[in-house]
Amino acid sequence: MQFDLLINAIIAGLMLGGFYAAVTAGISISFGMLDIVNIAHPGFIVLGSYIAYIVSANFGIDPIIVAILALPAFYALGTGVYGIYFQSFEKRGQDALRGLAFFFGLLFVTEVTLILVFGVDYRTVDTAYAGGSLKLGIMEFPLRMLVPALVSIAMFAALQLYMSRTFIGRAVMAVSQDPQALELMAIDPTRIKRIAFSISMATCALAGAFLIVIQPVLPSSGREYIGRVFAICVLGGLGSLPGTLIAALLIGVIESIATTFYGPSWAPAVSFGLLLLTLAVRPSGLLGR
Amino acid sequence: MHTPKFTLILVSVAAALFIAFRMIGNDYLFFAGYTVLQYVVIATAWNILGGYCGYVNFGSAGFFAVGVYSTVFFYNIGQQFDFQLPIPVLMVIGGLMAGLLGLGMGYLTLRLRGVFFAIATLALLVVIETFVVNWSFVGGSRGAYIIPPSEIPILGAFIQYLFLLMLILVVLSLVAARTIERSSLGVGFATIRDDELAAEASGVPTLRLKLIATVVSGALFGMAGAPFPYYIGYVEPGSAFNLAYSVNAIAMPMIGGTMTWVGPMVGALLLSTLQQVITVTISSAANLLITGLLLIGFVILAPKGLVGLWQSLTAGRKQT
Repeated sequence: MQFDLLINAIIAGLMLGGFYAAVTAGISISFGMLDIVNIAHPGFIVLGSYIAYIVSANFGIDPIIVAILALPAFYALGTGVYGIYFQSFEKRGQDALRGLAFFFGLLFVTEVTLILVFGVDYRTVDTAYAGGSLKLGIMEFPLRMLVPALVSIAMFAALQLYMSRTFIGRAVMAVSQDPQALELMAIDPTRIKRIAFSISMATCALAGAFLIVIQPVLPSSGREYIGRVFAICVLGGLGSLPGTLIAALLIGVIESIATTFYGPSWAPAVSFGLLLLTLAVRPSGLLGR
Repeated sequence: MHTPKFTLILVSVAAALFIAFRMIGNDYLFFAGYTVLQYVVIATAWNILGGYCGYVNFGSAGFFAVGVYSTVFFYNIGQQFDFQLPIPVLMVIGGLMAGLLGLGMGYLTLRLRGVFFAIATLALLVVIETFVVNWSFVGGSRGAYIIPPSEIPILGAFIQYLFLLMLILVVLSLVAARTIERSSLGVGFATIRDDELAAEASGVPTLRLKLIATVVSGALFGMAGAPFPYYIGYVEPGSAFNLAYSVNAIAMPMIGGTMTWVGPMVGALLLSTLQQVITVTISSAANLLITGLLLIGFVILAPKGLVGLWQSLTAGRKQT
């Protein structure tokens, strides 16, 4: 086994993992903390990619900056989706499976709408740093991967700070444990969940921009990430943001090594196999509660 | 109504349908009809695990594809010996393979309930797809060609033969679904759906029942998939593992109603006929959009599906 090949596979994996962390952050909040199985999350990420693509292609603004500007729009979208979800499923009782079917349908509607509007061609954006790369000895960091990974980890740190330091963040952690206790303290659990779900949806804007910086995007690109994000979320331990980050980096490295030494067509089987194994052996994940 | 009588009625309806199609004599009708019938089997198969037991399977396309690829596998072996297995035999083999997969999935997800089970099935789908994509004997990502015979003795056109086989499978699966629903097995399934812990505590063998459900459901998917390569003539992973199967498998029972055997059949007949019409008149992308919207609409507005709507309508009329 060539040593520098392995080193570079690990570096590529860490950067890929940084990107996966951004993709999973929202799931970690909605699924891990709120018990809302938003299986449509990857679909909204692709929507984020297309928004970054449209603005970037027309006005030449960097996709990541577009995403930051689009954050409020995605936050509002999250508020809307949660409103429907709450009225139709949560309020009526514990029928999580119908909620699941709802999000599955939403995923398809998002995807097919994108197909009808944009067709099934690959879309790419041009960034100032697309071609460049940073070299340190035998290590190579393509900026196309490095920039999204770094911004993603910054976003992750901000989320973790928000969740652990602010009042609302702590209330979100509390709502996942015991919504009734929260109600006794005169805090509306529905409001807290709505805010948290909206935040989780807002992360789609950024994750979508990262996605289109890293690779060309199709309307159906989201599918590749459905299993992967849940694998990372479950592996990391539900609702634990640090656990999610570790799991994302781990999956990134494992996939990157599988790609380098066995070919890219085997990479998905690795992460999904790991998900099945985690679910079968240790459903509480690495840093599970 | 007892099962033999029910079966007799179902067989006569099927026979009448086949004869009517023969009288019209348009081959396109058989092509479209095959797809509709295939979806009746798929919706019924999904419902045995999802509707009766409450275990949502997102990986339907994987079970379907196991049936598809077992046929491709035996077709390729047959090519080397210049002997082809008849399609009914291939359907039984496909059913066995997918049933075995169902058993494996049941064991693998022993400790998983609800949402975790659903995600695990989605993961299983991708793992199987990755293996097929990397397995060159069955064509890998390039796909495989199946040359269907053009004529069949007695029946004439080959598509009529396929249609007839699928019609028989529809009868079989509806009889199976109805029998399960009315037997002690169905009652056991319902206890799992309502409260698995309580069922376990009161002595229901939940694990064995769950395994029976995954096997029966998987086997029906596999049998529905086995004739598919002969239907389209060229199979590649993208068409066999199409997520549309997974969405339809969920949407059709949910739209029809998941509590009885009628629901999936009604949902499948309506939705897939609608899809056939939309595919021809508008586009195949639009038909998926409508499927998604209908699924969302029904889970929000009519949680018990069309059958539930019908029941509440007739119940209201009796009272007044």
